[in-house]
This record gives sequence, C-alpha cells and structure tokens, in this order.
Amino acid sequence: MKKQPFQSSQDSLWARITRSPSFIYVLISPLFLILFGYVIFPFYQSFIQSFGSETGLNNYKKFFSLESTANLEALWTSVYISVISVITCAIVGVLMAFLLERYDFPGRRVLSILVLVPMALPPLVGVLSFTFLYGESGIIPRGIQHLFNLEQVPFKLKGVWGVIVVHTFTMYTYFYLTASAAIKGLDPSLEEAATNLGASRLRIWRKVILPMLTPSIVAAALLVFMISMASYTAPLIFGVERTMTMQIYLSRTNGNLDMAATQSTILSFVSISFLIIMRWYQNKRNYQNLSKGISVHRSEVKSKAMKVVSIVLSVAGVIILLLPILTLILISLSVDGTWTTQVLPPAYTFDHYISLFTDERTWRPIWNSLQMGFVATLGNIIFGVAAAYAMVRLNFKGKTLLDILIMVPWALPGTVVAVNLIAAFSEENIFAFNQVLIGTFWILPLAYFIRHLPLVFRSTSASLMQMDQSIEEASRSLGAGWWMTFRKIVLPLTLTGILAGTLLAFVQSIGEFVASILIYSTSTMPLSVAIFQKMYAFKFGTACAYGVLQIVLILIVLTISERLSKGTAGSAI
Amino acid sequence: MKGVRLQDITKTFGKVHGVKELNIDIQPGEFFTFLGPSGCGKTTTLRMIAGFYYPTDGKIFFDERDVTRLQPNKRDIGMVFQNYALFPHMTVNENIAFGLEVRKFSKQAISEKVDEVRGLVRLEQYGERKINELSGGQQQRVALARALVIKPDILLLDEPLSNLDAKLREETRIEIKRLQAELGVTTVYVTHDQTEAMAMSDRIMVMENGYVQQIGTPQEIYNRPVNRFVSSFIGESNTLEMTVMSIDGEKVIVRNEHGVKLSGLLSNSSPLAPMNKGETIHVSIRPESILQGDGENTLTGEITFVEFTGLSVNYSVKVPGVTLKVMIINTGGKLLQIGDSIQLSIPSRSLYFLGE
Ligand SMILES: Nc1ncnc2c1ncn2[C@@H]1O[C@H](COP(=O)(O)OP(=O)(O)OP(=O)(O)O)[C@@H](O)[C@H]1O
Ligand SMILES: [Mg+2]
Repeated sequence: MKKQPFQSSQDSLWARITRSPSFIYVLISPLFLILFGYVIFPFYQSFIQSFGSETGLNNYKKFFSLESTANLEALWTSVYISVISVITCAIVGVLMAFLLERYDFPGRRVLSILVLVPMALPPLVGVLSFTFLYGESGIIPRGIQHLFNLEQVPFKLKGVWGVIVVHTFTMYTYFYLTASAAIKGLDPSLEEAATNLGASRLRIWRKVILPMLTPSIVAAALLVFMISMASYTAPLIFGVERTMTMQIYLSRTNGNLDMAATQSTILSFVSISFLIIMRWYQNKRNYQNLSKGISVHRSEVKSKAMKVVSIVLSVAGVIILLLPILTLILISLSVDGTWTTQVLPPAYTFDHYISLFTDERTWRPIWNSLQMGFVATLGNIIFGVAAAYAMVRLNFKGKTLLDILIMVPWALPGTVVAVNLIAAFSEENIFAFNQVLIGTFWILPLAYFIRHLPLVFRSTSASLMQMDQSIEEASRSLGAGWWMTFRKIVLPLTLTGILAGTLLAFVQSIGEFVASILIYSTSTMPLSVAIFQKMYAFKFGTACAYGVLQIVLILIVLTISERLSKGTAGSAI
Repeated sequence: MKGVRLQDITKTFGKVHGVKELNIDIQPGEFFTFLGPSGCGKTTTLRMIAGFYYPTDGKIFFDERDVTRLQPNKRDIGMVFQNYALFPHMTVNENIAFGLEVRKFSKQAISEKVDEVRGLVRLEQYGERKINELSGGQQQRVALARALVIKPDILLLDEPLSNLDAKLREETRIEIKRLQAELGVTTVYVTHDQTEAMAMSDRIMVMENGYVQQIGTPQEIYNRPVNRFVSSFIGESNTLEMTVMSIDGEKVIVRNEHGVKLSGLLSNSSPLAPMNKGETIHVSIRPESILQGDGENTLTGEITFVEFTGLSVNYSVKVPGVTLKVMIINTGGKLLQIGDSIQLSIPSRSLYFLGE
C-alpha cells in the first residue's frame, strides 16, 4: 500500500482556497462571462442602438405610428401567420399521431418512418424544393396544366399561404412527436373504463382523450408559435415582405441599423415572453407517468372500403412526404439553365456533384461552412459540457439564471441574433479582444455558437443525470483525483450524449442560413448563402446538389444519433 | 490497518441536522457497525469518514493523523456503495484495476493483483465480463474486490447487502466476514438490519435521530441495552413500566400498578436507570427468556394469540396490566389454544432495568 507522506501542507493556501465555499463561483464564472459577453452584451448593445443616436423613443414611435403602418402590418402578419401555422400543424400532427399510434393499416410502417422526413430538410433547402414543386412554375401546377391543356396553371403556392403551407410541412413534426409520446402514455384501460361506464365515442374523446393530451399539445403550440414568429426563410422566398423578420432584414440591407435594432428588440420581447410562458407551463404541468408495459393496442382497419381508403391515403402521404427530396435530387441532376418552361428539366448530368468537390469555386463554400461549423461546435462542446456538469453536479446560487441564459439564444430568432451581433461587434470591444469582428471569419462561428448553445448542453446534462453520482464517488475513493475521474469515468459515460448534441450542433451550423445571410462576409461565404445565390443566378442544379449534400449529412447524423441512443440504453445499469 | 477516531463530530445540512456530537473510537482491524433506523445519520457519518462530506464541527483521525478535511482520493479507503457504483463502461478486470492504475502500479503487478483478488472473491471466470452481464451477487463481489485490491487502510461498506435477495444475503454476509477476518482490515459497516449487525460485528453503534444511543459488543447491546430505544430496536422485547419497591443488596423487587411483582438483580440495570426505591423504571424482558412452568417470578395468564413458526411457538399472554410476548422453543409438545391459561416463570437474571 502506498502511503502518502504525512501532510503538514494539508492546509496550504491552495487547499484552503479550493475548499472555500465561494471557490465554486470562481469555477463557474467563465460560463457566466461567456454568456454575458456573447448573449447579454450584444442584446444590450442592440437595445441601446434601438433608441437611435439622439432621437430617444423615436424609433419606437415610428414602429407603432399609424401613419406608416408597414411595421405594425408586419407584426400583425407575423402573428397571423404564426397562429394559422399553429392550427394547421396541430391538426396534421395530432391526426398523424392518432392514425399511426392507434390504427393498423396497410402502409403504416413506411408512413411512420417517413413522417419524420421534414426534420431532415434544412430550412432553406426545404422552402426551395417547395417552390420547385408547387410554385408559379413548379412541377405539379405545370404538370396539371399540360395534362389538361389549361390556359394557366391551376394553382400556385405563393405569398402568405405559401409560407403557411411550408410551415405546416416542416413544423407539424413538433405536434406529432409530443402527441404520439402522449398517446403512447395513455393508459388504454382509461378509455375502456369510460366505455364501460357507457360513454359514447365522442364523449370519450372530449372528456378523456383530449384533456390527457392537452399538456403536450399546448407545449407544442407554444414552440411552433415561437418558431413561426422567427421564421425568415419562407417569407423571403415567397416574397412576403411584411413580416417582422423580413422588416429587420430590409432595414438592415437599407442601412437603417437603428430601426433594425428597434424591430429586433420588439421581436425578442415576443420570443422571450414565449420562452418564459413555455418554461412556466412545463414546470406547472404534471407529467403523467407513463405506465410501464402497457402498449396501446392498435385497432385494425377491417372493412374493405376503409382498407382501400387507407391504402390510397398512405400512398398519398408517402408521396407528399418524399416529393420534396426526390425533386431536389432530380433538379440536382439537371443541366443549369436548360429548365425554362418545361414541366421537368429536359437535360441531365452528374457534373454538379463532381464539381462540388473538384471545382474550387463551388467547393469553397462547403469548405468554409465545414471550418466555421467546426470552430463553432468546438466552442459548443467545451461550453456545453462544462455548463452541464456545473448544472447537474455543482451547487451554487444562480442555477436558474444560468439555465435561462443558455435557453435565451435558442429562443431568439436568428435574425435577432445577427442584429445583436452587428450592434455589439461592429466596433472594437473587450469581448472581441479589441477587434472588429463583423466582416471577419470569426463572426459566423460566433453566431453559430450562440444559436446552438443549448444543444450540447442539453444532451450532456441528460446523460449526466442518468449517471449515478456514486460512480464518481467510487472513483474518488479509489484514489483518482477530480480530473482523472472526469476523464476516465464521466467523459466515457456521457460520451454518447455529448456526441449526439455535437453532431446536431454541427449539421445545424452547416445549414444555418437566417443569421448567415445578414452577417456573412464574401471571403467566407457559407454553404447556405451560396445556395441562395445560385438560386438567384438560376443555377438550380448546383443549388440542389448543395442541398442534397446537406440532406445526406443530416441523415448520416440522425442515423448515428439513433444508434448512439440505443447503445446507451443497453449499457446503462 | 488503521484506527478511526471521530471526535465531537456534528454535521448539519442547512437547517437539517444530520448527526450530532459523535464520539467514536474504532480500533485497528475491528469490524464496526453503524446500526439504526432509516434517516438516523449512518450514511452521513460514513461519508464523512470517506471524505465526501466535511463535518460542520469536530475532527476525524486515522490513527494519529488529522484527516478531517483531506480529500477523498487521498485517504486510502476502500468503499463499497449501496448500489455498487461499478463503472458500467469497463469490464470486471478494468473495474478492479482502476485503483491500481491510479496508484501507478506496473501492468505486470496490476494483472497479478487483479487475478489474486478475483480469486479471493471467487470470480476467477469472470474477468472479461461486462458489468451488465453479471448477476447482482456477482456485481456485489466485484465492488468488494475493487475496494479490497488497493489494500485499503479502512474498508467502508454502506448497506452492501440490501440489494440482494434473502438467501444470497446470508451467503454474502459470511463471505464478507471471511474476507475481513482474513485480511484484518479495519471495517466500518452500515446496516439497518440488526441480525446482520449482530452476526458480523465486533462492536455495534446504535444510532437514532443523529445521536449515538449505545456503543458495544453485540452481547452488550442485546443483553444490556442502555435505554428503551436500543432494547426495542434490537430484537424483540417486552418493556414494562414498573415501580421499584425495595432494593436489598443485589435483589430488586418491582411491581406494576396491577400488583404484578417481579424480582431481579441490581447488576442487571442500565447506568441510566434511577435505581432508587419508589422510582418508576422500565423493565425489559426478552420473549425467549420467559419459561413455561414453575420457577422464579411465577405468573399466570391467558393466551390471546398463538403463532407456530416451526422453530418456536409464539404466544401473547395477558397478565394483569400488560400483555407479554413469549417464545417457547418447539420441542414437539402440545400447542395451547387461545383462551387457555398458561403458567410462566421469569428467571431473575432475565430482567433488565432501564431508564427512559
Ligand atoms: N445532502 C443532504 N442534504 C440535506 N439533508 C441530508 C443530506 N444527506 C442526508 N441528509 C439528512 O440527514 C439525515 C441523515 O441521513 P442519512 O443519509 O445519514 O441517513 P441513513 O441513516 O443513512 O438512512 P438510510 O438507512 O435511509 O440510508 C436525514 O434526515 C437526511 O434527510
Ligand atoms: Mg443510508
């Protein structure tokens, strides 16, 4: 047995410092410093700027003035779009959840996998595929026109309704996921009990099922509302200028930075209010414990007619879900500039994919995004793991504050994050190490870092919470110091969680468009901005090839994450 | 092998008090048990010895060395956790080797020591197994091996058997005792199971509500409990409230308000009992010490309850003012029925006088 020499140095200065109850605050101060420097400070700068140079409340008066109503209209349109989006997403999402969880019909399995496809579409790419499919000169409207020899296209997706359709397609998954989790947790014996007591089908729905689903539906509704308010890509592509995010973008591109700051302050106010409501609601709501072992029994669709109907519907569902991706693939193979008035592109080539990796000019944005995503994600890992460890394992005052500060940037629209960064880092300051960050390589990684702040944090704290603290104590009592315990025990055991968050943060960074478009510099143009520009240069093939690349990346990441989460379930004791 | 001394230890969590004014002196090589009901502060005390809590007040010594505020990884302690706390991402061998790697032993030495200790806990075949491929009992032995392989000065065990089923529990109990005796390591053992404590320990500390009630050998604790809590917590006991009638040399006569008179011995009284004429005291009588038939302190009563356990027959017998639990060893005699009358005798050395 190895004996330590008798330690008279036991009360050395360092030992006393590290043991002092306030030492913990030294440890966590870097976390708060980062949050202060890159979340609060930019926010504050933007807030200051919103008052303009000497004009006081002028910008706010202008915003709410009834003479030029552009801003108020924008606020109204944003709210209006968001409310309708919540309703349509709720209908689609909850119905899908019920169909897939409660009924067994031909095609259910395929459909229940494909139902999550919209999650694999990066926002910009998703909207683009919708315009290719259903827009003015889209494949479907034109196809129908040609088929029936119509004068005009029978319908086209544009304006506010275009935005709402895209929102529905991309965001119903939030309702689907929460509702299907809740339905899985519904104890079927409750329903059986109600039936037994003589309640009719409708009554059961109204009195038993809906009330049980309410918490998850409310949670999803708040989330979808928030995301819709922040939505920028869809209004941009469908040309809806009067939304909050578009107004900010226009103010910024017209050089009216004060007004952009005012608009973004008002939008942040809405978003943060919703974040607070959401957290309040989540704390208040009592999680019904999912009774174990009860699997909801699926009723089989029996009658012949219903079978036919269900087959037709599932085929239609599969087609609708897959069409956007298939379209992207199809167009990515088309020769740039040849597709004009035909229903489908006339000429095909594989060149776009080859040149992605061989042509310096097309490869450049990919490489830029990889680099910037890498830097941002590295920051996310370091911050996220440290913050998660502090949050789960340490005891200090200000935990709630830390938690909220980490969530805030996630709730802020990308447009707002960009405007805040512009306000803070257009001049030298201490958080930028006395550099001007705007216009340099570093501004985008910083934006990505901030926007994806909670991802690694959340997945890591989830796996830390699953890990029993006594495992760490065992390591300590076996003689391992704090650092060795962290390296040999904590890290390996939370690795899957860290990795899942990391991958997510990385692909999100690669696809980030909303903040990028406002603050990118031409020397480090990211992938998403390149797609946008190629679109406007009518280089559809190249744009779609980029898009397909992104989707492939996302699918890889989703598959790995799925594997990882299965792996941990097996090894946890 | 080291002794452990806790001196005036108090631990409070905010306003909640965990333990209060603890003074313990554990001898080198001793098997020492903390026994008490849930929440009495056993784990808190153990964790202070391990270094996971620092006491609010008081000092802890390993032999003569003050370790009160020494970090847990500097204490050379082997600890077995209630849920074992095995490293799930490592094999059995890697788990056991962890403490040795920390101590920078050579690969060669590590593998020898690991093999040896695996033999000790009879896990020869399982070196390469993953933790989740082991049964509860096997996991328990890996935890033990991991704690023992570093040749700790002190071994701490926090309810190590509570996750095992009854039969395995008994086996493992014997196993732990065997290992402890073989290695002679100072052992502090936490349990709320009094049978376990009695069977394994050199000395037991009985705790309640953060305070020490009694420290002593199992016999002392059982036969000479200092107060009513200890006497009722350890084993079964009849506790009768009685008044001292007379003290005549060794002979003490007590009676209850219904006229039941018993005689006992003055030496069989707790230091806390006020042994003066006229004082109200408590008398503890173990059910198994009451005999059927004629003898000292004869009583006659009516049976109100019968239970046959095989080993013994348990009766509840109503005598004036109190119902006594009586345990008669089963020798195949006739079973009495409810309502029957029974004659009992209580040897005077079986009375034990308690204070509060
Ligand atoms: N970290 C803590 N924070 C606050 N109170 C605590 C903490 N740890 C223990 N306590 C309190 O101290 C008292 C003693 O707890 P302890 O865990 O030592 O009990 P125990 O004897 O081990 O009980 P059990 O048999 O249930 O394990 C309890 O009242 C408990 O609530
Ligand atoms: Mg305990």
